[in-house]
Amino acid sequence: MLRNIHKDWLGAGFVAVLGLAILIFVPVYFDLFEVLQMTKYVVLALFVLSLAYIWGFGGILSFGQAGFFGLGGYVFAVSAINMGQTTIPFLIAIALCVLFAGALGYFMFYGRLNDVYLGVVTLVVTLILYKLINHTAGPEYIIGTARLGGFNGIPSIPIMTLPWQPDQEMEPAQMFQYFMAILIAVYVLLHVLIKSKFGRVAISIRENEVRTSLLGYDVRLYKLCIFMIGGAIGGAAGAMWASYQTFVDPNIFSLEWSAKCLIWVIAGGVGTLIGPIIGVIALEYLSFQLGQTDFINNLIVLGTILILVVLLMPKGLFPTFRDIFLKLWRRRGGQGDGERPG
Amino acid sequence: MDYSLVVAIELLREVAGLILIATGLAIVFGMMRVINIAHGEFIMLGGYTVVLTTKQGVNIWIAILILAPLIVGIFGVIVERLIIRHLYGRIIDSLLATWGLSLFLIGFVTVVFGNTVEGVTTPFSAIAIGGYTVSIYTLFLIFAAMAVIASVYLTLRHTKAGLIARATMQNPDMVETLGINSKLVYMATFGIGAAFAGLAGGLLAPISGVVPSMGALLIGKAFITVVTGGTAVVAGTLSASSILGSISQSVTFIFGPVFGDATLLFVALILLRLLPQGITGRIFTRSV
Repeated sequence: MLRNIHKDWLGAGFVAVLGLAILIFVPVYFDLFEVLQMTKYVVLALFVLSLAYIWGFGGILSFGQAGFFGLGGYVFAVSAINMGQTTIPFLIAIALCVLFAGALGYFMFYGRLNDVYLGVVTLVVTLILYKLINHTAGPEYIIGTARLGGFNGIPSIPIMTLPWQPDQEMEPAQMFQYFMAILIAVYVLLHVLIKSKFGRVAISIRENEVRTSLLGYDVRLYKLCIFMIGGAIGGAAGAMWASYQTFVDPNIFSLEWSAKCLIWVIAGGVGTLIGPIIGVIALEYLSFQLGQTDFINNLIVLGTILILVVLLMPKGLFPTFRDIFLKLWRRRGGQGDGERPG
Repeated sequence: MDYSLVVAIELLREVAGLILIATGLAIVFGMMRVINIAHGEFIMLGGYTVVLTTKQGVNIWIAILILAPLIVGIFGVIVERLIIRHLYGRIIDSLLATWGLSLFLIGFVTVVFGNTVEGVTTPFSAIAIGGYTVSIYTLFLIFAAMAVIASVYLTLRHTKAGLIARATMQNPDMVETLGINSKLVYMATFGIGAAFAGLAGGLLAPISGVVPSMGALLIGKAFITVVTGGTAVVAGTLSASSILGSISQSVTFIFGPVFGDATLLFVALILLRLLPQGITGRIFTRSV
């Protein structure tokens, strides 16, 4: 028993310690540009965790995770501009995304929509948001002192401050560390959640919904909770993204963002948490490098990757390489320990 | 009187548009339970076929009615051979792979033709109804949509190929046992679905022009029309297009196109909440 617990936590503990090391040492050893670049990866990693969790550990495939990302960004932008501080807007953004996920989830799960239909509804809702926000260019669309700006977006969004230093904008290094700390905290909390009774029921729903409900669990309620957690994480990532960019425009709701999020998760590996994070960093780095060359279109690369991964490596990169590694390890007489949690 | 006639034509045009863009998707979904997200890009390819061939001096009617469906249909068969056939029965994976294809095609067309709107001149002129003018091409579109839906219905109902297709929808194993290669049926179906997408793209090109990203806007509408309609190809497409199209166009008249589109999506959400299996999952269950 003790051995099992030990094994369960080995991977997550390793990742958390590695994350802390990155948090401490990156601002020391890298220059400003690289720190800013890595901050971007941290925010996107948090975004991808939202889908990695609800898809990998709750079986809910959302095609519109960008909806929460964008909503979080917009709510943060509007409330931060109005309130002149950032801590409470950050919380408001998360809270509204949770509420929105709750309302949408009620529609979907209590209507017992299954996989394809679920995908359609989430996609459609994101499209609605995209169209509506795109339409708000006129001066009459104003909330408090913040103009929504339609397709022009909202410029000069305040940079986040530390909660205990509300008067001082964060330095890039501080921002990196703050966001990294949030990412590590969310990662560890999700891991705890997955290993809890709630998480086990969620996984059994993913495996077999009918059987789980016959065992007396309210599948709808569980799915709703999972979806709301995903919405909270996506919204938090969106708020951080808006603050990092100091700008947000309706393209944040576009299909491309939802597709990207999905590609990161599936490339990294559905059913792990660290895999999608690796996926986000690897693919964003790749498209950053390709973007420098200027003759290869980003969408061609993303599309090709998605097709190839689905056809050749349906489990995703991280689980595939992990399994190869474990197989080799066992063959060399090492102590294979079966599934290692990611 | 004149005004209500114009309004009626506009409503019908929206319904016809939905029928045109959704039919190909509905055929593929009804038959194989594959939702082809690249459908919007197939439509886009049909549009580009028309634009490019008419620039080379091909007659516009040949380009729209023959070349666009033919070329996109062949492309669909190639896609089926390369990608889709590995993914039958894996509904989510086929969604993801076709989404990848969709992104690939947008990127590819952007690289080749640039991110600009290309157009062809609209054939026919306009006629006057009282104080208003209506483009004859609009009337032609409505007619084309009716022709499309009628031909699908007649093929499914009254030909041997349609019989085989309906049988394969219901029970592929039994069809195999009776000596029909169901893989071939699937390939043909996907090709025909793609051809309808090409036709839709060709027909819409003179009105809206073509641009590499046009598929994303169309796939949302086509997608929800099909899912709202359910699995019966003809009855589903017809009923969903009529409901969604007329409601959204009415809202467009009052509040403008953005709210029209938003309402279309919102109505689809409500319908799906009430009828999770689509309209034909509950009503018209025995239709094709």
